[in-house]
Order: sequence, then C-alpha cells, then structure tokens
Amino acid sequence: MVSVDGGKSGSLIQVRELDKTYRRGNEDIHVLQGLNLDVDQGDFVAFMGPSGSGKTTMLNLLGGLDVPTRGSVTVAGDEITHMSRGKLTEWRARHVGFIFQMYNLIPVLTAFQNVELPLLLTKLSKAERRKHVEAALAIVGLADRMHHFPRQLSGGQEQRVAIARAIVADPTFLLCDEPTGDLDRKSADEVMELLRRLVDEYGKTVLMVTHDPVVARIAKQTLHMEKGVLVEAGARQEVVSGGAS
Amino acid sequence: MPAKIFLGALITIVAIAALLLLLVIVGGIIAGLLAPLIGSVPVSYNFRSLRARWSSSVVAILGIAGTVGVFVAMLSLAHGFRATLVASGSADNALVMRAGSTSEMMGGITLDSIRVMQDKPGVARDANGAPLVTQEVVGVIPLPLIRTGSDANVQVRGVSSNVLQIRKFVKLERGRMFTPGLNEIVVGKNAASTYQGLTLGNTINFGGGHWRVVGIFDAGGSAFDSEVWCDQRILNQVLQRPPNVFQSATVHLTSPAAFQQFKDAVTSDPSLNLEVQREVDYYANQSSTMTRLITVLGGLVALIMAIGAVFGALNTMYSAVSERGREIATMRALGFSSWSVILSFLFESLLISLLAGILGCLAVLPLNGWTTSTMNFQTFSNLAFAFKVTFDLLLAGVAFALIMGVLGGILPALRAATRPVAVALREL
Repeated sequence: MVSVDGGKSGSLIQVRELDKTYRRGNEDIHVLQGLNLDVDQGDFVAFMGPSGSGKTTMLNLLGGLDVPTRGSVTVAGDEITHMSRGKLTEWRARHVGFIFQMYNLIPVLTAFQNVELPLLLTKLSKAERRKHVEAALAIVGLADRMHHFPRQLSGGQEQRVAIARAIVADPTFLLCDEPTGDLDRKSADEVMELLRRLVDEYGKTVLMVTHDPVVARIAKQTLHMEKGVLVEAGARQEVVSGGAS
Repeated sequence: MPAKIFLGALITIVAIAALLLLLVIVGGIIAGLLAPLIGSVPVSYNFRSLRARWSSSVVAILGIAGTVGVFVAMLSLAHGFRATLVASGSADNALVMRAGSTSEMMGGITLDSIRVMQDKPGVARDANGAPLVTQEVVGVIPLPLIRTGSDANVQVRGVSSNVLQIRKFVKLERGRMFTPGLNEIVVGKNAASTYQGLTLGNTINFGGGHWRVVGIFDAGGSAFDSEVWCDQRILNQVLQRPPNVFQSATVHLTSPAAFQQFKDAVTSDPSLNLEVQREVDYYANQSSTMTRLITVLGGLVALIMAIGAVFGALNTMYSAVSERGREIATMRALGFSSWSVILSFLFESLLISLLAGILGCLAVLPLNGWTTSTMNFQTFSNLAFAFKVTFDLLLAGVAFALIMGVLGGILPALRAATRPVAVALREL
C-alpha cells in the first residue's frame, strides 16, 4: 500500500524529504518540496496533477535519470541518490523499466532488436536473449510482429513493444510517463489492460504519470501532485469520485 | 630572459597539446574500431542509422574521399618522381664527377683522369678486356611539346658507344643504336611521345646540325626515358665544350660490393680530383628537392582539404547526434553507459571515414602509371615520370581518412554521451 507520510518502513521504494530545485536566471524554481513516498512490491500507482506540478521530475528522480537537490530515494535497499553516474547507469539497467509517452523505440531496429536492447547489457547468451525477447513479445501479444520496424506498427503496437522492452530484463519496477498520452482510446485501453496484467499476473510494481482520469482508474491507487507536493492520496474509488484534475 | 621562459612554456604547452591530440587520435581509432567487440550498442544500429540518413552520410563520405584522393595522388606523384630518378641508377654502377660537383651539369673530368680511373680495381671489363666506362657530356636543347607546341628543355646526353653494356636495363625498343661519329640520336620512349619530331627516321635540328633519329629506347621508366642520346664526341663539339673534357663518367663495377674498393682507390689517388658515388645515390639525391616540394605542397593542399572534410564529418555527426538525441537518451535511460555511446558514435564516424578512405583510394588507382612531366631543377630539363600508387600509400590514405573520422566524431560523441538524459528525453 502506498503511503506519503514518510513513516513507513520496509517498503520497496522509499522516498524521503525529496527536493528538486532548478535555477533559471536568478530565480530558484522549487519543483519538488519535501516529498515522502513509500511504494510496496506489486503496487500500481498513478500520479496525477496539472502540468508543471513535478510529476515527471519525480519519475526522473525515482528512475535515476536525475539527481535531487536534497533528500533520498531508496529502492530495494539501494540508496540511489548518492550513486556515481556510472553506478546509477548500471542500477537503472538492473532495476528500472521505462515506458515513455512517445514509445521511444529506435526506429532503425526491429521490434525484436528494440526489446533485446536491455539484454545486451546482461551476460545472457544470444539464445537466452532470444528466449527472453520472444517471451516478452508474447506477453504483449506481438510475437508475430517481432521482425517489424516501428514504422510498420500502429501506435498501440509500438507502445506494447516498448512495454516488452521495459519488462524483458525483469526490472524491480516500471516507470510509465504518460503511457497512453499519444494513443487513441482503444489502444490506450489495451495498453492499460496490459499494465494491469503485469501487476496482477506477474507481480510487477508500476508507477505511472498520467493526465487521464480514465487511465488512472486502472491503477490500484492514485496520488495527486500539486506544486511539487503530494497533496492527495486515495484508493481507486476515491479518485474517481473525487474527480482528479 | 622572460622571453625565453615564455617561449619554453609555449613549446611545452604545444608539445603537451600535440601529445594529447595524438593520444586522442590513436586511442579514438583503436577504441572506435573495436567498438563492435567492446561496446554494448549493437553495430546494426550504426549501419542502419547511416543508411537512414544516407544523404548526409554521402556528403561526408564524398568530402573525406576527395581529401584522401588528393592526399594519395600527391604522395604518388612524389613517389613516382623519386622512383623514376632512383630507377635511373644501378647498384653496380658508380658515377664519377669532379670533386665538389653537385650535379653532372657542373662536372668536368679530363680524358687523362678517366684513363687513370678506369684502371682502378673494381672496374668491370667487356669480353675484349676493355673497361666498361662511359664518359658523358650533358646539355639541354629546346624542343616543342606535342601537347602544347611550346618549347621545353630536353636533356641530351653524349655517351660512349658501349653505354648499353653499362646501363643494362636500357633496351632498344625500335631501330638501332647510333653510329659513332655520325649525327645520329637514339631517343627515350617518354621523350619520343612528349616532343615533336622525335619519331623514328625523322631529322631534327639543334646545335647547328641535322640529327637523324635512328632508335627509340626503353630505359625501364627511369629518367633516361626522357633523354636523347648521341655520340659524346660529336655532342662535345656541337656544344663547343673543351675537347677531351667530360661532365661525368659512369663506371660499371664487377659487383655492387666492389664499390668501396673502387671509391677508395680513386679518392686516395692524389693525381685525381674526383668524387665517386653510387649511381643510385646520385639520382636519389637529385630527386630529393622535387620530392620534398611535391610532398610539402601536396601535404598543404591535403591539410586544407582535410580541415574542410573534418568540419564536414563534424557537421554530419553533430546532426546525427541532434537528430537522434532522444534515441541516445533512451539508450542511456535503459542502462547503456556514456562510454558505450561514445564508442558507438566513434564507430559510426570511423565507418563513414573508412568507406570514404576506400573510395578515395579507389578513385586515384587509375592514376597509377599515368605519365606526366615536370622540370628537374638539377638538370633544368623536362622529366617525364609516372604516378606510383603503392599499397603503402593506399594504407596511408585510409589511415588519413580514419584520422579525419576520429577528429570529426569525437566531439559529437562526447556531446551525445554527456547530455543530461532527462533533458534529452523531452526532445521531440
């Protein structure tokens, strides 16, 4: 169960007193202020909030793509905020699966090769890599499209390939930044159904940023963020009835 | 004193910078070429990216290929010039000139000196026991070029009638050898194809006389191919030189090893004021000025072009980094290290330059053997010589291309690897 008061212990992801401040000219912009968060294994959390509220910044900090101004992020016992850049890169490869709004597939590589990318950083043999990639593509229902290039796939299929890429190395958790933001409703539903299956059937932990309340409804819990502070937490029903913006 | 310290510091800084640049180039080439083995980013990504951005790749390839082409062409020109002159000498021939002479044109040996010299040990003899020595007179005559019609200097060499026994690589291709005592000439094959009137059976005028072309000889691509040969006694009279004074003598030795013995015997004889050198060394020295000139001028042209080509490669790779900013950021987000990204981009840059290097080398290959001519400043005569595109020069061309590739790729690669991932991911 997700908690935002910072008092919980033993959770998979622990965020404590997280601040992120950017400097623009002479002005300090406080994007995140004293953020606390605890996420357990198997949680599916949606973060909602207006543009500029700090959702993506928080996701970047949780994924080790950026470093906080203050505070700490601990994942499965690893305190990542003080890791060197090289260590952080290795940590990302082992623990984080990223799913982006624009899919971010490499256009010159096939679906198979895109999914295989994270495995190139492991010691798996070519045959083992092939097995993993085929399994991941089968989970997302695209085993028959593995030799297609991204331009030969629909948006929904591209995002499913991206999800296969995110899960292929069996990361500790998945970070999704507006995963349905560029999809039509039908494709968005398919993608969200897939994410839900990953949580329910495979026990994955998913943290997702979205603007879409319909999408957020699929998550087990929704947190609302405003001006760099998590201001609201609730179970699925509360969010729907509360009409998150 | 402060000026000296400043100069010393400046030299040290330049030396350190040059060393660092060398390390970057060598290290960059080695690391980039090994990227498929030591990097994590699949090379298919680079090959396909090049194909996807084929227009800018082609521009960069053509820029570097052109530079490599000029570089190799200039080197093959210098190489051909040097090879032509060096081929003019034989290891078992010694050239004898007056002491202090730097070229045959400045020499002067009396017949008496030659008679003393030819009895020295090491001198080869013919079947009749006669010493194999050709005493020679050289001069230049103006003849119109076939190509332009304008006059150019041709070296005319008065030789002894036994010259073909001394310069054994010279073969009569057509006609016959001149008859001693007659106004007859034999012509090198390059001279015959370069100047008007030097065709077999034709008569030309110079030195106040009529000269009949009775033979065309092949001197194996050496400088003699650009010369006209005749009887030295006749030429001496025509050029109004003092009787029984020659400009050089070429001695055929019993073996190349006999050179030192012959040289010592000549130079230790107080009655002779002569200088002895291997014929091959003499021509190698003659080639040095022009070879250096061609190499330096060619090197300058290639350097200027190389700067342009490096900027071309830089532009291509920077635009590649710019166009693929989000792809690179995605890879880094997935866990590919900065080092992998650098290797990948270096590999791609080296791939472009390798293709360009091969293309540039292929483009200049047809020049191999193509004959051109220039003034030989040692003799003031026109010398025909052929481009020599050797394997070494082709390797140098490819290496030059790789240097341009690494210089053009390293900065964009660093930019790709150091850009904040979170920022680059937001790029459209």
